Amino acid sequence: MVKKLVVIGAGMASGRALEELFAKDPEGWDVTLFNAEPRGNYNRIMLSPVLSGEKTFDEIVTHTAEWYEENGVTCRFGEKVVAIDKEAKTVTAENGDVLAYDKLLMGMGSNPFIIPLPGHDLDGVIAYRDLEDTNAMIALGDKPEAKAVVIGGGLLGLEAAAGLALRGVDVTVVHIMGHLMERQLDEAAGYLLRKALTDKGIKVMCSANSKEIVGEDGKVKALMLDDGTELPCDLLVMAVGIRPNVALGQAAELAVGKGIRVDDQMVTSDENILAVGECVEHNGAIFGLVAPLYDQAKVVASTLAGEEAAFVQKEVSTKLKVTGCDLFSAGDFADGETREDIVFRDPARGVYKRLVIEENKVIGAVMYGDTADSNWFFGMIKDGTDISDMRETLIFGPAYQGGEPLDPMAAVAALPDDAEICGCNGVCKGDIVAAIKDGANDLGAIRATTKASASCGTCTGLVEQVLGATLGDDFVIPTEQPMCGCTDLTHEDVRRLIKSQELKSMPAVWQELGWKTTCGCHVCRPALNFYLLADWPLEYADDPQSRFINERKHANIQKDGTYSVVPRMWGGMTTPDELRAIADAADKYNVPTVHVTGGQRIDLLGVKGEDLPAIWADLNKAGMVSGHAYAKGLRTVKTCVGRDHCRFGTQDSTGLGIQLEKKLWGSWTPHKVKLAVSGCPRNCAEATCKDIGVVCVDSGYQLGVAGAAGMDVKETERLADLTTEDEVLEYATAFMQLYRENAKYLDRPYKWVAKVGLDWVKEQVEDEATRKALVERFEISQSVYRKDPWAEHAETKAETYAPIANLVQEAAE
Amino acid sequence: MSDWIDIGPLEAIAPRGARVVKTAFGCVAVFRTAKDEVYALDNACPHKQGPLAEGIVHGAKVTCPLHNWVFDLETGHAQGADEGQVATYPARVEEGRVLLDVEFLNNRTAA
Ligand code: SRM
Ligand SMILES: Cc1cc2nc3c(=O)[nH]c(=O)nc-3n(C[C@H](O)[C@H](O)[C@H](O)COP(=O)(O)OP(=O)(O)OC[C@H]3O[C@@H](n4cnc5c(N)ncnc54)[C@H](O)[C@@H]3O)c2cc1C
Ligand code: SF4
Ligand code: FES
Repeated sequence: MVKKLVVIGAGMASGRALEELFAKDPEGWDVTLFNAEPRGNYNRIMLSPVLSGEKTFDEIVTHTAEWYEENGVTCRFGEKVVAIDKEAKTVTAENGDVLAYDKLLMGMGSNPFIIPLPGHDLDGVIAYRDLEDTNAMIALGDKPEAKAVVIGGGLLGLEAAAGLALRGVDVTVVHIMGHLMERQLDEAAGYLLRKALTDKGIKVMCSANSKEIVGEDGKVKALMLDDGTELPCDLLVMAVGIRPNVALGQAAELAVGKGIRVDDQMVTSDENILAVGECVEHNGAIFGLVAPLYDQAKVVASTLAGEEAAFVQKEVSTKLKVTGCDLFSAGDFADGETREDIVFRDPARGVYKRLVIEENKVIGAVMYGDTADSNWFFGMIKDGTDISDMRETLIFGPAYQGGEPLDPMAAVAALPDDAEICGCNGVCKGDIVAAIKDGANDLGAIRATTKASASCGTCTGLVEQVLGATLGDDFVIPTEQPMCGCTDLTHEDVRRLIKSQELKSMPAVWQELGWKTTCGCHVCRPALNFYLLADWPLEYADDPQSRFINERKHANIQKDGTYSVVPRMWGGMTTPDELRAIADAADKYNVPTVHVTGGQRIDLLGVKGEDLPAIWADLNKAGMVSGHAYAKGLRTVKTCVGRDHCRFGTQDSTGLGIQLEKKLWGSWTPHKVKLAVSGCPRNCAEATCKDIGVVCVDSGYQLGVAGAAGMDVKETERLADLTTEDEVLEYATAFMQLYRENAKYLDRPYKWVAKVGLDWVKEQVEDEATRKALVERFEISQSVYRKDPWAEHAETKAETYAPIANLVQEAAE
Repeated sequence: MSDWIDIGPLEAIAPRGARVVKTAFGCVAVFRTAKDEVYALDNACPHKQGPLAEGIVHGAKVTCPLHNWVFDLETGHAQGADEGQVATYPARVEEGRVLLDVEFLNNRTAA
């Protein structure tokens, strides 16, 4: 007997289920197919090529009118099912028709999630789910100078953005997370993707929070972010996620969690109702990619045909359908102690591959730029292949398996003379060998004579191998200290490359310079954070998570986990009011210790972390700001009483000290920087052992630099003899900036000057144009950093200083 | 039996950061990695009780803010040449909320 099957939703899952069913049991079913969309089944995932113009809609239709007819399917397209009566075994259509069924198949897919921002119901705010949405975007392309904003930097959002861009629309992607497609990609791959999209003219804003959709006459006009940025647009696409379409199931009182619950046979809590696709929940999981839905479709067909079958969840993989962005991700790529990474980076080709290995099996893979081997790796993830025998060459893919691991030296020796070694400068192996024969016998000489490895530096290792292969035992490949275990490059190399390759973010550094770890370590991150903010003060945003605790919390941590608080006393000067405010703060916050520091100010030691924002706010009220006693930055400017009081004083040492401190405070430096100004050569402010020290004399000012009085004691060296205060300010600032731009992280000025030589420093600072340019760059940086972090944190970040939760009650119960 | 308790939204913890949860038996540090995994460990370094929540988080590891010992967040084991282990507690994220297992937090006092 022919049974009645009603299907709700002509989607990708139900379409496949019907195909499978008719193949098994061509005569057994009388099918009625409802679809809310006014059309039959089509390949929804190919809407993106339709949007970009690479395909037409007709090409992506999967089931034609003839197919429905041949298989006896009654089509009710453009009609919704509005109710199910599971006792009576009937469904009700939108027009009131009631249809009886023997079996019901639910395949309603999901609903795009719309963030309920103010203005989300304006005209021109759309999702990206069906042909109507696609057509709205295509239509925008015909409008001259059209602008669109896409909220969501996941798979769908990026495909929408890329399609819009190909249609000539000016597109901005606004993404709330720190990097694109964070669910599928790690930061490095996210960085490469962002770069590729930017090259296509798409603007990408990460860590951006939407606040409001601004409209005019009921139509969308702009998106406003919570930092006040307004992004004008004619169309706003929200692609922020989907929710299984469960309303009908809920109304029919089926078991519903996140989706409509089904068992392994795809049967819901009612034995005559099956469900398939994105609307279902199986074993707590919901689905958003077609591969598992096709497996479900097979099981549905078997169950209906009375055969045994069970749905089993498998690994899924993701590819982005944007031409020119080859990326692939599968499995699990979170870090963990038992997990190891194999990372391969080829900066020049923009290739990044990462395999996550656990117990000799590949459990996750991310690749960008070259995804040719992705299926091979995906197979290994699914099969749990033991990779111990091919570990060394695994990342190079199937083509490299079975051979001997290469000896890099032998490989270089075997290169022909016309093999290119340095891509930037087009230097071949033959050129280098010739230079060596002419007497260049170390890296510096090769750089000077051939320019090989003198630009981006990534071929340095290769050049050294050519030297080794040519000179034999006469050449020992130098082992300069790398920055840390994450890279073979030295601090100096990294600084140079950040500038020459214009690397402006940490993921950019990690990728372009071939970092061996996914996100650095506690040694390189603070250094990189400094290099990046010093070189790109306006473009790079300081990363508090890459700072040591003292700089992250703007206070010195003590051995018992409390903190010390040192307000600035400009040039060592204070007032009775300030002292009273400090005393009040000490009382109010039960500060156990008050110490007069060696830097001419007062230290409140033993403040609880939670109290920091409050004590800062109190000190702010009395006009005091952070003393940066915790910072690799400007610390104190000590002064003596000088001309105003002292019978030997030659100049206003206190006033000059205050001016210097007001100019330099807030700036970050490779290590801490301390200054002093003494009013005469008796030098009561100890200016001759400071990083920058001024000794006033009758004729003007002696400016010394590179002194020290910590682990090493060293007298300053004279940088210049100057006649006015303005000159002192200018020279001191120029020296500070030169140090910021060139020194290795954690080198005090005296260590750095010893490396580059005082003569070179003098040459830079004495040349007027260079000096003025240094000062100008310092001021640009100060436009961002000359501010009180205490006030900022007390106002905007105070809650992060408190515990996130207090479970003292719970735990006691 | 597990008894999950909601301690707050994931956004309240910076990626590669941590926040502290106060309990009757001392503080627990709840870490969030760059990939949004969460881990809960005692907020006291086995070396000299350094507050681990204030350390630098890299991968699934944290470096103690006082003397730079490095701990695996998953197991609590010290890395490299240092020896020691910090107690770890079940933690997970569900729909943007961070959950801790109270049973475990309580049980540790019995130990
Ligand atoms: C508070 C203070 C001692 C005091 O009570 O007088 C102090 C306290 C610390 N000093 Fe200092 N130094 C203090 C003046 C000095 C001085 C004297 C000076 O500045 O005139 C020196 C020698 C001068 C110099 O720097 O060349 C000094 C040389 C050091 C050094 C060695 C630096 C070096 O390059 O050799 C360190 C270690 C470091 O920075 O790596 C250090 C590190 C420290 C730290 C930050 C150790 C740490 O990392 O926790 C101490 C923090 C204690 C705390 O919890 O607040 N402190 N320290 C002084 C704060 C001055 C201020 O008002 O900001
Ligand atoms: C632009 C785009 C690109 C994508 N790219 C990929 C990709 O590259 N790879 C991948 O694996 N996945 C991709 N997906 C996801 C994939 O398309 C979905 O996983 C898949 O379509 C889900 O199939 P489904 O049958 O569950 O639901 P759908 O295909 O959404 O079908 C459900 C149908 O049910 C109808 N319906 C809903 N309620 C009712 C009702 N009450 N009565 C009648 N009809 C109703 C709807 O109108 C809809 O037509 C993409 C999705 C989109 C939108
Ligand atoms: S001298 Fe040593 S003990 Fe004293 S404050 Fe400086 S660092 Fe600490
Ligand atoms: S207290 Fe943690 S390393 Fe010393």
